Amino acid sequence: MSSSEGVFFLTGKDFKNAGAASSSLKGILEDMGIPSSIIRRVSIAAFEAEMNTIIYSVAGMMSYSITPEMIKIRVQDMGPGIPDIELAMKEGYSTAPDYIREMGFGSGMGLPNIKKNADVLTVNSLAGEGTTVEFTINLSPAE
Amino acid sequence: MGMEIERAYCADLMSDVLAFSISNSLLITGLTNTQVIRTAEVATIKAIVFIQNKRPDIQTISLADEKKIPLLGTALSMFDTCGLLFEKGLRSCSGLEF
Repeated sequence: MSSSEGVFFLTGKDFKNAGAASSSLKGILEDMGIPSSIIRRVSIAAFEAEMNTIIYSVAGMMSYSITPEMIKIRVQDMGPGIPDIELAMKEGYSTAPDYIREMGFGSGMGLPNIKKNADVLTVNSLAGEGTTVEFTINLSPAE
Repeated sequence: MGMEIERAYCADLMSDVLAFSISNSLLITGLTNTQVIRTAEVATIKAIVFIQNKRPDIQTISLADEKKIPLLGTALSMFDTCGLLFEKGLRSCSGLEF
């Protein structure tokens, strides 16, 4: 299998195109012949991270790197930052406003959903500067 | 539609769909925006039923068309829709049997 990498730019509050980057990423993985169960995990985690950027920040970017061993996704945003990451990892904890909830998001499941689908997840955040979510999904079975 | 579906998930919270639905299931929802189609796409949902006469807008319909996800609608409530489909043999994504 060949390798691939690239980047998608995300615009905050652009709900019309929210999810388009994850959708394109899914298409790339399908074209590369990645197993569908892996594609589902990557797409769900990427979509949650993409929605977080759209909901909370002004802008951001999603970069991906696919090798025969693993898929690595990095979503970096220019948002308010997460003051307490441990709290944000809790299912149901959310700071989303009502209009986001009316769209079906902001229920406090974003980061927990990413964690559930990823093999490795790291979240780095600085108040006032932004958040970087990076996750890896292994392609070769773990020993 | 020439499509067989055995499992269904119902929710208005798309994060719940992403967390708890399974591949090739049916989504029953009262939400009609484009995020429903994006959610269905990444969660590999086979078809969507909109309840209580809720109609998606043209952007939602065209995105579903592009992603080849059939959209269905009913006048029934969420509870009645689920009850009726359960009675006809559809089961949940949880794997629980009754």
